[in-house]
Amino acid sequence: MDTWILTILTFFPLLGILILLLIDRSKLGTIKMVAFVISSLNAIFSLYIYFNFAAESSAMQFSVNKAWIESLGISYHLGIDGISLFLVLLTTFLTPLAILSSWSAITEKVKGYYISMLFLETGMIGVFVSLDLFLFYVFWEVMLIPMYFLIGIWGGPRRIYATIKFVLFTMTGSLLMLVAILVLYFMNHSFTGTYTFNLLEITKLPIPLGAQFWLFFAFALAFAIKVPMFPFHTWLPDAHVEAPTAGSVILAGVLLKMGTYGFLRFCLPLFPNAFMDYGTLFSVLAIISIIYGALVCIRQEDVKSLVAFSSVSHLGFVMLGLFALNVQGMEGGILQMINHGISTGALFLIVGMLYERRHTRLISDFGGVSKKMPVFAAFFMIVTLSSIGLPGTNGFVGEFTILLGTFKSNVAYAVFAAVGIILAAIYMLWMYQRVMFGKITKPENEKLKDLNLREKIVLIPLILAIFWIGIYPKPFFSKMEPSVKSLLENARTKYEKNQLFEESLQVDSQQMEQMKQME
Amino acid sequence: MDWIMPAVNFKLILPEIILCVFAIFILILDPFLSRGRKILTAHLAWIAIVLAFLANLSLWDFQDTTFSQMFLVDNYATFFKFIFLVGSFLIIFASMNYLKREEILHGEYFSLILFSTLGMMLLASGFDLIIIFLGLEIMSVSLYVLAGFRRGDLKSNEASLKYFLMGAFATGFLLYGIVMIYGSVGSTNLEQIIKSIAFGEAGPNLLIWAGAGLLLVGFGFKIASVPFHMWVPDVYQGAPTPVTAFISAGPKAAGFAALLRVFLFSFVTIKLDWTMIIWIMAALTMTVGNIIAIAQSDIKRMLAYSSIAHVGYVLVALVAGGETGISSALFYLLAYTFMNIGAFTVVIALGKKGQENTGLDDYSGLGSRSPLLAVLMTVFMFSLAGFPPTAGFMGKFYVFSAAVKSGFVGLVIIAVINSLVSIYYYLRVVVIMFMHPPQPEAQKVPLAFGAALVLLISIWGVLQMGIFPESLLKVAQASVSSIF
Repeated sequence: MDTWILTILTFFPLLGILILLLIDRSKLGTIKMVAFVISSLNAIFSLYIYFNFAAESSAMQFSVNKAWIESLGISYHLGIDGISLFLVLLTTFLTPLAILSSWSAITEKVKGYYISMLFLETGMIGVFVSLDLFLFYVFWEVMLIPMYFLIGIWGGPRRIYATIKFVLFTMTGSLLMLVAILVLYFMNHSFTGTYTFNLLEITKLPIPLGAQFWLFFAFALAFAIKVPMFPFHTWLPDAHVEAPTAGSVILAGVLLKMGTYGFLRFCLPLFPNAFMDYGTLFSVLAIISIIYGALVCIRQEDVKSLVAFSSVSHLGFVMLGLFALNVQGMEGGILQMINHGISTGALFLIVGMLYERRHTRLISDFGGVSKKMPVFAAFFMIVTLSSIGLPGTNGFVGEFTILLGTFKSNVAYAVFAAVGIILAAIYMLWMYQRVMFGKITKPENEKLKDLNLREKIVLIPLILAIFWIGIYPKPFFSKMEPSVKSLLENARTKYEKNQLFEESLQVDSQQMEQMKQME
Repeated sequence: MDWIMPAVNFKLILPEIILCVFAIFILILDPFLSRGRKILTAHLAWIAIVLAFLANLSLWDFQDTTFSQMFLVDNYATFFKFIFLVGSFLIIFASMNYLKREEILHGEYFSLILFSTLGMMLLASGFDLIIIFLGLEIMSVSLYVLAGFRRGDLKSNEASLKYFLMGAFATGFLLYGIVMIYGSVGSTNLEQIIKSIAFGEAGPNLLIWAGAGLLLVGFGFKIASVPFHMWVPDVYQGAPTPVTAFISAGPKAAGFAALLRVFLFSFVTIKLDWTMIIWIMAALTMTVGNIIAIAQSDIKRMLAYSSIAHVGYVLVALVAGGETGISSALFYLLAYTFMNIGAFTVVIALGKKGQENTGLDDYSGLGSRSPLLAVLMTVFMFSLAGFPPTAGFMGKFYVFSAAVKSGFVGLVIIAVINSLVSIYYYLRVVVIMFMHPPQPEAQKVPLAFGAALVLLISIWGVLQMGIFPESLLKVAQASVSSIF
């Protein structure tokens, strides 16, 4: 079972697609039900990895390594550690919620929609569990295709522009990453004599500092676009605003994490010297993302684009945590990835519920909604507070840990980043106030109906998760700690080894020159 | 004086003989068939292809020359012949319904396809520049006629004439190149050429370089690389669509078969001298093809420019050279055959009698009109754009890895930027199919049996080579080992 579980999680949604293909287009109810049941089953299966995960180990677990394309050294190599565990869980649990949230919002081409959602799930889980560079790249690209359709077919008025922008931005980075992967592959061959894309093998490779610089930036560009970091963030608001609700939930909840995950899984172990030496650059970019994203949020008139820009800010926190290069910063970063998936996912769901009722997302079209929709108002409030990072909610734990780590490595960064939290409180609460409180100014708002059962079912798990992580985050930290520690230690050792190696090279060349002069 | 029959090993040329016999038989049979039974010629043609395929299969792992070392059979040639035969097989089925619809179902069409395939096979097996020239001419002359097969259509005539004039010109270059090589080396045999160059027995270097340059021009025209690509758009657009598909797959691969063989075998000792030129050609070919393709509003023209771009990718493999380089070129050409013929088959299916419907607008809303066809087209487009898990991605990946291996990282970066550009126009087709509303008078597209079969085989090829490429990769690698 242990060697099969990751394969099952990855490809089970494809089974759902096969079933969907056999169902007639007009049977909407059956189609929705199948998609929901399949993705829920996958979520239940994923509990297996949660409960059987050996928390004390930093090794890859549930791993499977089989030859796939033997002649090129490509293997079907899956495995998870404390870093990817929660991202997989986030994916498996967010997908059924996203599917449930589209129940009444999607009325056209329903079958294609749910096929895309399930296909997307396969791609996302694949990215998080692949330990073979080639396999990872395949999933990384494959996942673009369903997202492209989700935005392009079921999106808003400017959907075509948004979806093409999304694909072109992402591809720019990932194609350069492909070149870097190939360079690594041949570098590894010339060093060890074997052709392999196995990440764990290639990690052992000492890479000269000059080459590390280029390779790191090829990888980092792909990931930074995905995160997205300032100044590569411009695709995000377009994609979010145009995407259907479920698309936004998945996009914010999971897709963006692939960027930050990439930094941790690939950039740090493969290129520790470049990662650490250019940490300043990325930390500064992260701080710019935090503050810039927050400032832009304040001026948004559309609730959805406000939430979209807040992602830029939140992901800036995650990046800052990762580049703090200590255990607290990284753990906080990883936890914040999960938190952001939950809180922002929930925010997009809430915006979607408003939009379904009023077909507008402009803040000025609302006001006084809480009088008509009290349950909704309570949920919205909790999620808003979690997004700000109120103690007792998940956001607090994540951001606090990140700031703790950052404070240890650089006080100034922590001070600037803390400004971001204050700004977050301003834009979120101000938005909440304008939408929910005050007098009802528009007559349409008089007839608003409160949440129905389905919508409550969608939101309640997320609310529970918010409090769980907020009050008792220990299971999360304890599971990720060994992996994070060993990741950091290995990176540090490798960093020093490379440094020594480089110095010895310089000494060699100096000696050579001296020899020449002697002659 | 006694005439002695030269010792010819007929087994080696069995596939060629089969094609030739069937082609002539179809020509003779055609006048005796009544109008309604002309389709019989098509069936004969595909049977010929299948038989030739089987004969070719028996030659796998077989290496020998015949006709006084002018004709060589090795795995390299055999692999290319598989590509040609698969391409021709698919085209025959894709054409059946088209020819009926356009009322130009004549036996000579299939006869010409077979002759053209024969020419390609000679190109792949030619171990002597003369044979290569012969193969090229047999292939091209048939293609000139095929391009003008819609006799009543002005555009088709224009295509045929343009193709012929430019082609004849290019042939002249090629022949002139052969002459110079002969003048310098004293032989047209490829083995002799490599020996003479290697041992310094050849005449002045200038002659060899000039000869190689002229050969490159001649081949460059056949494979449609920049700057010898000017004929492509007009010919592709004007020719009957199945013929366009045919031209874009087999003959191009055949041009590469000869080009790779001549340059990487005979001229390998002067590789440093020509690599730079091909480097520039590859970069230009990709860039020009992709950038101009963006501006096209006709799908045939767009695919024409895209085919130029794909030639550029294969040229990258040629620059890389070595075993990996060539096997990646072989793999890519096979992948391209599947995805391109698949895409063209969809284009054919969308046409109606007298109107080809090749404007991009004609595809709007295809996703709701004929979902299956639209999904297939989407897969082909994604494959052409190089998305995993399709043949196009595997092919590109293999080509790029060969180039990185040989140290041409700069060229690979140009190539990936080009792939990025290409994504835009391939995805535009998908956008139009799924994200634009259908035109009011548009209907569901009927799908004939032949076209359905072609689509089935192509989609299988695209996915097989994309997801489980191992077996075909091994075959491609085995095909190359015979050269080195």
